[in-house]
Amino acid sequence: MGDLWAGLSEAFRLLVTLDSDLVEITLRSLQVTLTALAIGSAIALPLAAFLAVRRFRWRRSVIAVLNALMGLPPVVVGLAVYVLLSRSGPFGVLGLLFTPSAMIIAQVIIIVPLIASVAHQSLRDLWSEYHDLLISMNVTQSQKIRTLLWDARRALLTASLAGFGRAIGEVGAIMIVGGNIEHATRVLTTAIALETGRGDFALALGLGFVLIGLAITVNLCIHWLGRTEQEGRW
Amino acid sequence: MKRILLSSALMVWASVASAQDVMRMAVTTSFHNSGLAEILLPAAAEDLGLEVQLIVVGTGQALKLGEAGDVDAILVHSRKAEEAFVEGGFGPHRREIMYNDFVVIGPAADAAQVGAAKTAAEALQAIATAEATFVSRGDDSGTHKKELSLWRATTLEPEQFGTWYNATGSGMGAALNTAAGMDAYILSDRASWLNFGNKGTLALLFAGDPVLFNQYAYLPVSVEKHAHVKGELAAKLEEWLTSPRAAELINGYTINGETLFTFNATN
Amino acid sequence: MILFPLTVRGAQTTRRGKVLVGPVDLDLAGVGATVVMGPNGSGKTTLLRLLHGAARLTHGRIDWACTQAEACSAQAFVFQRPVMLRRSVLENLTYPLRLRGTSRSVAQFMAEDWAARVGLDAMLDRPATVLSGGEQQKLALARAMIIEPQLLFLDEPTAALDGRATREVEAVLRAALASGTRLILSTHDLGQARRLADEVLFLLHGQVLEHSAARKFFEAPATLQARAFLRGDIVE
Repeated sequence: MGDLWAGLSEAFRLLVTLDSDLVEITLRSLQVTLTALAIGSAIALPLAAFLAVRRFRWRRSVIAVLNALMGLPPVVVGLAVYVLLSRSGPFGVLGLLFTPSAMIIAQVIIIVPLIASVAHQSLRDLWSEYHDLLISMNVTQSQKIRTLLWDARRALLTASLAGFGRAIGEVGAIMIVGGNIEHATRVLTTAIALETGRGDFALALGLGFVLIGLAITVNLCIHWLGRTEQEGRW
Repeated sequence: MKRILLSSALMVWASVASAQDVMRMAVTTSFHNSGLAEILLPAAAEDLGLEVQLIVVGTGQALKLGEAGDVDAILVHSRKAEEAFVEGGFGPHRREIMYNDFVVIGPAADAAQVGAAKTAAEALQAIATAEATFVSRGDDSGTHKKELSLWRATTLEPEQFGTWYNATGSGMGAALNTAAGMDAYILSDRASWLNFGNKGTLALLFAGDPVLFNQYAYLPVSVEKHAHVKGELAAKLEEWLTSPRAAELINGYTINGETLFTFNATN
Repeated sequence: MILFPLTVRGAQTTRRGKVLVGPVDLDLAGVGATVVMGPNGSGKTTLLRLLHGAARLTHGRIDWACTQAEACSAQAFVFQRPVMLRRSVLENLTYPLRLRGTSRSVAQFMAEDWAARVGLDAMLDRPATVLSGGEQQKLALARAMIIEPQLLFLDEPTAALDGRATREVEAVLRAALASGTRLILSTHDLGQARRLADEVLFLLHGQVLEHSAARKFFEAPATLQARAFLRGDIVE
């Protein structure tokens, strides 16, 4: 219990004094995860819609694989991305290892299956509702996908937020590909791992509380944006 | 309101730091935990205009990163592995910089009487005889290799130990946390121990045997193997690390009044 | 572009080896309302979908006077249970127009016009999904009519509606007929069939038993089954 209180008061102190290191790693966490979220959603949502409307031979297998990959261990992703981006690896010439870009790549790989699987569930239901109408209207494949994505946007927001949650709290992969370099690739989760390793539980917990607060704030913001948009329309 | 959010989001995105000369160095967890980096790196940045980015990993991974050319230099403490690294052509040479020492940590009550030992081997022998709970790094790090070499000196075989011997496969900090939780004995470098915040009932029980000295060496990564490696910057840093200025900073670094490192680079 | 005459020869649709409708031979000319009648399970819905191109034609031919692609774009379909897009009433109406590349302002103007015609002009900004059953069916009808189809299919369009809503829907259909839209609708409602039909298709077990002018069908049906159906008997 004592450690928890110390952590809470440490979080409070960091926030009140607007600790410059805290601000820096928090902004970097947001930058990396929101970028990964934007890229991941741009890949996963159309993919989910495509899987909902298009019947092809390996469709079921693709969906099953996506579902399985939801549980992909981040450390494995991190290791794979490391091997690919290493100077001795196939994409070494890009020099991306130990940069925020590498962390974004790893997070995109981690969240795409999650967002696509969750989104596919709701898009599939919507498609079974719309199927007859859209077929009757002679709608092209890309129009179908756009219609589904637009009309299911609130459910898709939930899917994306699930991806955000997984990405912002992730540490295994970005530790390996980002290297936790101070002032370059250190983010909240890797800083927490570092402070835990140093036995400074109060600071680690303090950062943990900041991370939780950040996740809640972003969720509330996105929900709030979604709602004002809805009120504007209807 | 939406515009404010959007523009602040863009600001977040744009806040990518860019700097002067930048090089990457892989260092061991124990070196980083010592806190010396926070003294040396700002001074180096001031003197050389060089930003050194630290990748903090175990010795094994640090050497791997060097072999792959993912860092420009490494600073580690495992002589045999370092020599193999140079022999393999992954680095032109190794340069000894400084040493600190390993210490045996354990519960202050010291049921195994480690404090009474004359040598490091005797200390470990006492732990094994008492079958007192012991935490090992078990991660192939420099500290782990040192621990294994000490067991070899006692002619005991860690693989045949009973349940009192716990190989955690984790970094120094995590292993110390484990030891604090289990009230166990552990071999640690002095710096990590002094900087460790969660000591619990643990205390320093044995130190001073010369076999416990822990030599740190600097290894630039071979420019011949990896053309993109910043050899000039690595050389600049090496020169600075072996200079009187670095000697002063290293020898002058203390925690709770205790000196941690002894500078021993030769020119 | 001319859609009719429609020529159907040996058309059949099967699912998992079971024949749902067919084989059907049919010639339809280009004016008026064709009402498809028959007991439950006789294949009315499937026949409509087959003609519309929404059910798979497993045997035979369905030929329009124009190409299949042209025929598709000149048709619309109103389902028994209206499918509402999860959008506002206005956006439901503009959707088919926007698909065809109509500009936003023109689409908006036409949507408002059609909403007024079916009495939904006060609800343009409401989500379509919260409308009552009657309002939804009127919206579905307006959404089908807004593209000015030459041929409109309606599958039991008033089956779930009360008298007033039925009257409103039929008024819209009559106006459509007056302006030259071809209707093919299925219905259970003998009264509705009498009110709207120019000709009747009587269907049983997926086969067309009778295809005749409405007056003739109602006054002197040719088959025993049709006679029994009109009497109100159960037909198997």
